Amino acid sequence: MAQQNNGAVLHHAPKPFWLLAEITYRCPLHCAFCYNPTDYVTHTQNELSTEQWIKVLRDARKMGALQLGISGGEPLLRDDIEEIVAEAGSLGYYSNLITSGVGLTEKRIAEFKRGGLDHIQLSMHDITKEINNFITDTNTFELKKKVAAMIKEYDYPMVLNVVIHRYNIDHIGEILEMAEQIGANYVELANTQYYGWSLLNRAQLMPTREQLDKAEAITNAFRKKVGSKMQIFFVVPDYYADRPKKCMNGWGEVFMIVTANGDVLPCHSARSLPGLTFPNVKDGTDVEWIWNESPAFNKYRGDDWMKEPCRSCPEKEKDLGGCRCQAYLLTGDAEIADPVCSLSPAHGVILQAIEDAKNPQLAGQPILFRNDKNSRRLVEGELKEVASPFHALP
Amino acid sequence: MSDKIKSDAVFCLARHYRFQWEEAQGGYVLLFPEGMIKLNGGAGEVIKRVDGKKTVGEIVADCKAAFPDVDGLEVDVLAMLELAHEKSWIALKE
Repeated sequence: MAQQNNGAVLHHAPKPFWLLAEITYRCPLHCAFCYNPTDYVTHTQNELSTEQWIKVLRDARKMGALQLGISGGEPLLRDDIEEIVAEAGSLGYYSNLITSGVGLTEKRIAEFKRGGLDHIQLSMHDITKEINNFITDTNTFELKKKVAAMIKEYDYPMVLNVVIHRYNIDHIGEILEMAEQIGANYVELANTQYYGWSLLNRAQLMPTREQLDKAEAITNAFRKKVGSKMQIFFVVPDYYADRPKKCMNGWGEVFMIVTANGDVLPCHSARSLPGLTFPNVKDGTDVEWIWNESPAFNKYRGDDWMKEPCRSCPEKEKDLGGCRCQAYLLTGDAEIADPVCSLSPAHGVILQAIEDAKNPQLAGQPILFRNDKNSRRLVEGELKEVASPFHALP
Repeated sequence: MSDKIKSDAVFCLARHYRFQWEEAQGGYVLLFPEGMIKLNGGAGEVIKRVDGKKTVGEIVADCKAAFPDVDGLEVDVLAMLELAHEKSWIALKE
């Protein structure tokens, strides 16, 4: 079925197969690499109610949503996750709880099992207590091991997510060994992508190309050794790629996010883009209209919005010009080719960022951890020296 | 019979995989952590019969009974099971 889109025609009707419920921005961890918005503190007092979430789940399911991510912040800080999981189970979602493990108790996991939760994705940070506790600005190392054992005990697939950055990339072999030891079925080695807090800490977090190449080689060797019992995904950091990622598999194509306060977004950081109004479910707007008709969801569908060099690029279908948020955050122009692309007129900003990460003075700056105090300072316009190089960060 | 798929073998869905009919897609899907596979009509009909009880021979017979007008069905069913096994969507029942 063809669909009108600002004059362009899409020869299919996109469906939101993935629904991500960013159910709260509150979090007991303070990770330096968090992609959550730096102004998240403005969305911690106006969260959707249980009933509002249940309506979102029902409405999205009717449109074909199938995979549900319950994420945050730390979703377990809400005491209604059991109810939400049970609703997701009865609606036929394949539901995923994306958690740091903090707040997961025997009682809760048993309740999730009863409610039909399909899997739990646990974040791990390092094999050393020091790095785990440093990068998350918490004391959570031992707890994560206990939670991993609990996940196994309740016969959940063990899905580990490890965000990779300069402080743990050299331990990737040991991290994989640890994953094998605790019986992980899936391991996602997610190189940090630079949005939100991680963008502010980019020079401190970005590994060098040499570190990255080595980590990738170790991962490939490990993959061969371990065979099919453990699936390893290595998410390549786009700064070191020649072409941009096909962000979210396309704007408004398969992915829909509902944020803690009820905004409906096509990607995690879409609110940083200028001139777009994202509808909010609290206003009674239904998600079907938002997905199909809202100007925001149609803004970057298809390729009508592209300019050169994307417009005439033979590879435009492959990456759709990359990430609009990244383009805007780094250049102030939301429609320019993602600067990651070597053909982008703004590619220089990426090369500069890579240089900056090698500069000991910049790389050695104190990290700005994700916490309420820092978020409030950013909202109030302090910390200009950290935020000002990037567009749309408060 | 295929070299790899024996007629007396019994398969079940891989652990943690879920198979269901999706109205919005008009077809069967396989769901697993971080992903899903949409099965086309024929593939869905084969996987639907993988229940940890039926032998491969019984699945073939069942498909033939359900679709008597389709020629060469056995080859297709076996190829589908082989592919599904290769991709680890299904596993030999222990």
